[in-house]
Amino acid sequence: MSTTEAPRRRRRGGRAGQGSWWAGAPGLVFLIALVLAPLVIIVIYSFLNRAKLGVGVKWTFTVQPYVELFYSESLSGEKSFDPVYLQILLNSALYSLVTALVCLALSVPIAIWIATRPARWRTALVFLVTIPFWTSLLIRTYAWVIILNDNGPINGALTGVGLLQQPIPMLYTPFATTVGLVYSFLPFMILPIYASAERFDFRLAEAAYDLGATRLTVLWRIVMPAIRPGVIAGLILVFIPALGSYLAPELLGGGKTSMIANVIAAQFGASRNWPLGAALSVMVLVITMLVLVAFAVVTRRSSRDGNRQQLESFL
Amino acid sequence: MSAESALSIREVTKTFPTPEGGEVRALDSVSLEVADGSFTVLLGPSGCGKTTLLRCIAGLESPDSGEIDLKGQRIDDVPVWKRRVNTVFQSYALFPHMTVAQNIAFGLEMDKLPKAQIQQKVGAALEMVRLSDLGARRPSQLSGGQQQRVALARALAKEPEVLLLDEPLSALDLKLRRGMQMELKRLQRETSITFVLVTHDQDEAMSMGDLVAVFDSGRIVQVGPPREVYLSPRTRFVADFIGEANLLEGAAAGGRIDIPGFGDVADEAMSAGSAPPQDGPVIVAVRPENVVLRPDPTGNGTIVDATFIGGDLHVEVAVGDTLLSVRQGGPGSEALAVGALVRVGFAPGSARIVEP
Repeated sequence: MSTTEAPRRRRRGGRAGQGSWWAGAPGLVFLIALVLAPLVIIVIYSFLNRAKLGVGVKWTFTVQPYVELFYSESLSGEKSFDPVYLQILLNSALYSLVTALVCLALSVPIAIWIATRPARWRTALVFLVTIPFWTSLLIRTYAWVIILNDNGPINGALTGVGLLQQPIPMLYTPFATTVGLVYSFLPFMILPIYASAERFDFRLAEAAYDLGATRLTVLWRIVMPAIRPGVIAGLILVFIPALGSYLAPELLGGGKTSMIANVIAAQFGASRNWPLGAALSVMVLVITMLVLVAFAVVTRRSSRDGNRQQLESFL
Repeated sequence: MSAESALSIREVTKTFPTPEGGEVRALDSVSLEVADGSFTVLLGPSGCGKTTLLRCIAGLESPDSGEIDLKGQRIDDVPVWKRRVNTVFQSYALFPHMTVAQNIAFGLEMDKLPKAQIQQKVGAALEMVRLSDLGARRPSQLSGGQQQRVALARALAKEPEVLLLDEPLSALDLKLRRGMQMELKRLQRETSITFVLVTHDQDEAMSMGDLVAVFDSGRIVQVGPPREVYLSPRTRFVADFIGEANLLEGAAAGGRIDIPGFGDVADEAMSAGSAPPQDGPVIVAVRPENVVLRPDPTGNGTIVDATFIGGDLHVEVAVGDTLLSVRQGGPGSEALAVGALVRVGFAPGSARIVEP
């Protein structure tokens, strides 16, 4: 083993320095053009003055947009602390958190159920989970407008059976927004949890039952620790994009339950305050990065355990 | 049933669907009494149903029909986590995210014992399997033999009425396995817990069991102490599976047995336990060590192969179309060279009629 490994490593080491740099160049160009450049533009715009009339910015430096994030100016020019944007951001975080938790609660049983099916079914079931991706999210969100409508199938059925005198208003409520968010992001939770659950050795569950554990205990103390990497990945994949959701709050929340993305969109649109929109974007970006770092710390801690276990079981 | 029965299994049947849409009968009306405090071994080739029976007792499978009683109480409808039965799994199934001590404590926590008592029992269990200083390790940091002992300690710590062991030693190398066999016997004596062990290794079954139940395609074909099963196999399968046996096809007529190439088998060669044969074809089983070879130029057998193994001479003798395997020890065996003609006979009381 070691005799065949050594020369290969040396060869790779000799060429790797130059080879990998050039090989990575196209990717680097793409990253710079499509990720870094827009971010830089956003950051630059967030330090500019808004144009007094019309669209765009005035090319003079200011920190005014960041002041606007926290303070509002009265007509007399007096500044006072105004947490309205912070509140919307907090509100968005809350929506994202609820979405992530509801997705988690739904995904764990679904993922485990799929993982316990015979192997030939599993591929088909995972395929079914991905079917929503075939259609645009816009169209699928509009479908929920129809479903949750006062005259939609749910209210129609409930009033038709006589359970309700009047339809329950569901559309344009926080409930509708949450439903839309959960619906949009559920597959991103199911798939990573399934990937973990599929590798779970269900003989461990049998052993736990044999030792006197009930179903809930087995789930909590044996299965959950094993699928933890999938749960963490799912939480990141749901929470972070949910934070920037635009469609669900716009179409299903009816503008009443704004999330931060809707406010940002409004700054670039109707409000014509591009620098403020840019500053809000930067704020969301910073918070997202903080959340990711927090997750990374947690993940590294658990994956260090996991890796050690894997390594150990390998030995 | 009887007071000293720890387990009583009555006419348990279990079928599984096959992928082709048919079904396979893993257990076919199996009945077995396991005496309290005994070491019972379920022996059979893989796929014979012995593990299925163990899983039915544990509660991991539910039988289609039949009844399983534990200490006189019916358990086949009790959920697995409420049965006072614990299992040592073939794969050990140790929880990888818990330490050795946590693994052992898990079952005790399920019984909602006070913390101090759990700690004390975990300590005692670790001591019992001689792993006292490894309690803080993870299972993956242990050798196979150590993992095996953790699995044992985890199950024994619950002080079950019956301990089920599913091929517990199959993953260990030969030397370690011998040691663990002794260890299991010792643990069984010390705890006086009823052990039910599943194995496909007949040596293991012979050396460990007080009682051996031999499985063949979903049925128990013979139950008895190892010596009895070895000496008096009831069927062709048992004779062949346990130890080595020469199975000779012959015919019985009027109480006499005739085997082509051997002539009439002398009455004194037949084992005392054999019932007088009914007329018709019979199968006679003779162990290799019970075949007697006498050098004889007019003999009915020719030696085809002779090998010394561990002081014994292993000989293959051709009698007509049949090849017999023979084991001869001690003096006189020098004359049995390849090509020599011999008279083949059976030691008194050693030949046995077995069911097909």
